Amino acid sequence: MLLKLVRKRLAPYGRLLLGLVVLQLINVGANLYLPTLNADIIDNGVSKGNTGYIWDTGGLMLGVTLVQAIGSIGAAFLGAKIAMSFGRDTRASIFRAVGRFSGREMGQFGAPSLITRSTNDVQQVQLLVLMGCTLMVTAPFMMVGGVIMALRQDAGLSWLVLLAVVVLGVSVGLIVRLMVPAFRLVQRRIDRVNRVMREHLSGVRVIRAFTREGYEQSRFDIATDDLTDVQLRVGRLMMLMFPLVFTVMNVSTIGVWWFGAHQVADGHIEIGSLSAYMTYLIQILMSVMMATFMFMMIPRASVAAERITDVVTTEASVRPPEHPVTPDRLRGIVELRRASMQYPGADEPVLRDVGLRAEPGQTVAIIGSTGSGKSTLLSLIARFFDTTSGAVLVDGVDVKELDPQQLWGHIGIVPQKAYLFSGTVASNLRYGNPDATESDLWEALEVAQARDFVQRMDGGLEAAITQGGTNVSGGQRQRLCIARALVARPRIYLFDDSFSALDLATDQRLRAALAPHVRESTVFIVAQRVSTIRTADSIIVLDDGVVVGQGTHDELLAECPEYQEIVASQHGADEEVA
Amino acid sequence: MARRKEATPAPAVPAGDRAAKPVRRGGGPGMGIGMAEKSKDFSGSARRLLGRLAPYRLTLGTILVLTIASVTLNVLGPKVLGQAVDKIFAGSVGALLPHGQSKAAVVAALRAHGENTRADMLAGMDVVPGVGINFDTVGRILLTVLALYVCAGVFQVIQARLLNNVVQRSMNTLRKDVEAKINKVPLSYLDGQPRGELLSRVTNDIDNIGQSMQQTLSQLLVNGLTVIGVIVMMFTISWWLTMVAMVAIPVVMVVTGQVMKRSQKLFVAQWGHTGRLNGQIEETFTGHDLVKVFGREREVEAEFDTTNEALADVSWRAQFVSGLVMPIMMFVGNLQYVVVCVLGGLQVANGSMSLGNVTAFVQYSRQFTQPLTQLASMVNLMQSGVASAERVFEVLDAPEQEPEGDAKLPPTRGAVEFDDVGFGYAPDTPLIQELSLRVEPGQTVAIVGPTGAGKTTLVNLLMRFYELDSGRILVDGVDIRTVPRGDLRSRIGMVLQDAWLFHGTIRENIAYGQLNATEDQIRAAARATFVDRFVHSLPEGYDTVIDEEGSGVSAGERQLITIARAFLADPAMLILDEATSSVDTRTEVMLQEAMAALRSDRTSFVIAHRLSTIRDADTILVMEDGRIVEQGDHSELLAAGGAYYRLYMSQFEGAMTEADPNALAPAP
Repeated sequence: MLLKLVRKRLAPYGRLLLGLVVLQLINVGANLYLPTLNADIIDNGVSKGNTGYIWDTGGLMLGVTLVQAIGSIGAAFLGAKIAMSFGRDTRASIFRAVGRFSGREMGQFGAPSLITRSTNDVQQVQLLVLMGCTLMVTAPFMMVGGVIMALRQDAGLSWLVLLAVVVLGVSVGLIVRLMVPAFRLVQRRIDRVNRVMREHLSGVRVIRAFTREGYEQSRFDIATDDLTDVQLRVGRLMMLMFPLVFTVMNVSTIGVWWFGAHQVADGHIEIGSLSAYMTYLIQILMSVMMATFMFMMIPRASVAAERITDVVTTEASVRPPEHPVTPDRLRGIVELRRASMQYPGADEPVLRDVGLRAEPGQTVAIIGSTGSGKSTLLSLIARFFDTTSGAVLVDGVDVKELDPQQLWGHIGIVPQKAYLFSGTVASNLRYGNPDATESDLWEALEVAQARDFVQRMDGGLEAAITQGGTNVSGGQRQRLCIARALVARPRIYLFDDSFSALDLATDQRLRAALAPHVRESTVFIVAQRVSTIRTADSIIVLDDGVVVGQGTHDELLAECPEYQEIVASQHGADEEVA
Repeated sequence: MARRKEATPAPAVPAGDRAAKPVRRGGGPGMGIGMAEKSKDFSGSARRLLGRLAPYRLTLGTILVLTIASVTLNVLGPKVLGQAVDKIFAGSVGALLPHGQSKAAVVAALRAHGENTRADMLAGMDVVPGVGINFDTVGRILLTVLALYVCAGVFQVIQARLLNNVVQRSMNTLRKDVEAKINKVPLSYLDGQPRGELLSRVTNDIDNIGQSMQQTLSQLLVNGLTVIGVIVMMFTISWWLTMVAMVAIPVVMVVTGQVMKRSQKLFVAQWGHTGRLNGQIEETFTGHDLVKVFGREREVEAEFDTTNEALADVSWRAQFVSGLVMPIMMFVGNLQYVVVCVLGGLQVANGSMSLGNVTAFVQYSRQFTQPLTQLASMVNLMQSGVASAERVFEVLDAPEQEPEGDAKLPPTRGAVEFDDVGFGYAPDTPLIQELSLRVEPGQTVAIVGPTGAGKTTLVNLLMRFYELDSGRILVDGVDIRTVPRGDLRSRIGMVLQDAWLFHGTIRENIAYGQLNATEDQIRAAARATFVDRFVHSLPEGYDTVIDEEGSGVSAGERQLITIARAFLADPAMLILDEATSSVDTRTEVMLQEAMAALRSDRTSFVIAHRLSTIRDADTILVMEDGRIVEQGDHSELLAAGGAYYRLYMSQFEGAMTEADPNALAPAP
């Protein structure tokens, strides 16, 4: 998964990668050449007392050093470029994939997880690519080059190199193997510390009300102690790494001198070769260590790559048609024909055989208990989901045949969870209609009963709105969302429980003002309160995804027991007061 | 709406620390990586951070001793090894010379042949003509070196382990301190702080501190000592070669200083862009449907691309610039290596230095540039760690709640009195003014009014989540400011609109109301509040684990559990704050019954949208703009024909079965 992702995303940078490899080769080559030159200085210059040779070789060494510096700076340049481009492209691919998602996929991943995937996970893999550009390319070269150069110096000590490499590789590999599960555990325990703390912060009123501060502290202490335990374990393993590597290196150096001395005594090699040999040995072992670091990063990056690939390869369940029908204009006649919808993995459909028809000028209200499928019904009309059977038609055309952009261009939605974007009041109101004039905005605010408070806000229309709209109250947010939909002047309005945060007087004034404004549109209203919907042209009573009643308030009161029950539960005791 | 109120003066701040500062900070969304932020008071915060290690003085002392030992051994290694090299070299040269002659004779013979350089070299060597390498001596020296290295390695392992313990344990206490602090700050502090921001400080920042401390502390010690040790050793070999080699130090300092200065700026920019991009992504994904319906996909993508591009651009520059340190250091290192080789070679050639010494020197000079590079690269890490520490210290320095009173509440009856209470979240905009109210034990008080009228604020004040600006609140005749908060709160049960449950079983969540409740008591509470009914339909029953997603427990059922929790706690007073507004009407019927069970014989404060639920209240308070505009029971208020009447009629209209559908309906 990791390899596939990296290969795919790095493909456009083939030439840069080639350049990188060439530069790293120069870098490694120069690095490997230096000890040979050093050996030459000792063997041919120092031992023979040849001052001229020392100067010449010294000059050559300087030249090689310069080449090496240029090589490695160039490699750093290209490596950073490649890794960051990789990150950018991967982020963009996730962002675009999510853009195509329907409500189903959004629900499946959840927004918070998608956010982490597009930033944090990408960062993990990007880091690996960056390290890979420096280490992954150099380490094998260093290793192979080191081995070749060492062998060129002498064949008699190769077994020593082999032994050191094996000892180091096996022991480091063993440590890494032990560390991987421990790391996974660390991650999970960090999550837990996070969760306990998050719960504390979100429930702080309840905790203080029950005076459970001590209990929370002990819950947190356990979580953090568990984290510390496993961190200590990881630390103990990690702490072994460096001393181990250095000890192996030092010991093999001694080995080289000891066994090398015999070779020298027997006249097989010269003493200069021996010191060069030692340098190569250290280089080989260093490359083994670098490779180990890479391996240490791979498990974490693999998990991240998997999570990224999951997003990018998930096909949106709602796909635009290849040859969309594009009517000149949509009037806004909405029709559901035996529409059913079942979430993947669910046992039961959320909506079953729903049929309804609404024309411009009509208001259709939908009522029913939590989980009865009200919001899902609206989502079908906006094609956030596709029906599993049956069809949704707008102006007689199946929404699956329409260009989604055109469909959405005619829909105004006020979501259940009032959400505003960061910016200003005006930028939010213009969200669906960038060309709206200021008077359009004030008109919409007037209808939405938001004029007064917007006027009072610091800056009026230009007052700042924080992300999500957290700097205005719930009721104000809801009214701004309504105004936003009004500014877009859509043919179809979808109000998803959009009046719940309003007190009843405001709710009522708003609906009164809304009526003339939406006269030429088709209006759908999901609501909890009967008072909100009783004047609707048609009320649909949903129970467990099935339409159990459909008609006007009076008709339903007369014949629909579920509706009667809802009305009674809301107002039961008050009736006699009339 | 700014929710800040300087509730209490800052408590005494530990000596030597800067005074508590306002704690708001506009940092971007917390990412998993330590932000390379500019610190405000680098040395002060660093000292405070180190001060937290004080309890581990003894261990730290041991670490220091072990480090010095292992560094010394490591540094001695090459020197001793050099002797072996000399022996080997001398032996290999000696073996080639004619046997039986004295060294002086050989040297003289060489001079006679005009080979002055070789003669010089030979003269400086401990060579016996005709005698080869003495493996006994070489072996003994090598064994000594082996012992040195192995001991150094063992010391290193022990040292690193101890340090790991110290760092992890001090991070453990740091996390616990933050948790304890959260229990001590006034609610206004927590309300004014984005939750993700605080969380990020507890996990990401403390993690970052731990990591940078672990790396910098040991590396600073090892590398610092190594540099010193190596310099000393180099001096013992050749003082003037050492001077040459030391030219590298100022070069290193200048180069890294320059690079770091630039890269630091770029890193700050990188984290800024990361934060911005994260914000954009979050906003777009959260408003996913809206972006689509309002046809904003293209704009949103363009915006994303711009920031994404800017991030990629500044990231690669940051990476490249900071990545320059290594190549430059390697270049400097190699340069120095060449110079040492050349000069050393010349020295050997003219006999003023032995080959072993030159080899040792070359090795030392390598050992010397490497720790220098490491020290340089640590600057960034240290800055990031200290910046994180500052963010954590900011939390620890936040002003705390007013100290506890020590008066006792009388055995509770549940009389509550608000006496001329004044309060505002922001100091200059009072929300509640001159509010007075008397509630007798056992009464139910309903509070109604539009959003923002101050209903929930009354609850905040009664629970002493916020402190009054003026006036006082009495419970059974005792000013609540004079009793410990816990005493006050343990007498009041609370059910809020947002049903807060923690990750645990249903049983644990109910028992939260009374930690030592028996199973029977828990079941009784569950039965009284309709929890028992739905719990039986769950496969795991009371052992069902509640998680954030809800796992088969609906919003209404979650709310029922919170009511059971309050029921079990059996408080003398009760607060129900919009406990049913997010629940469908059928569940609400059950909730109402459950709450009615809960309310009996207790002083209760009920806040509700739906007026039908509060008809039976003994007193109804109608609030507008922080004032009580009407007060009385249902029929009195209706008769008065004021604000309550209007509120009531507007709601009533919708439900009225007999009413003329067009009476109050929008004009067609």
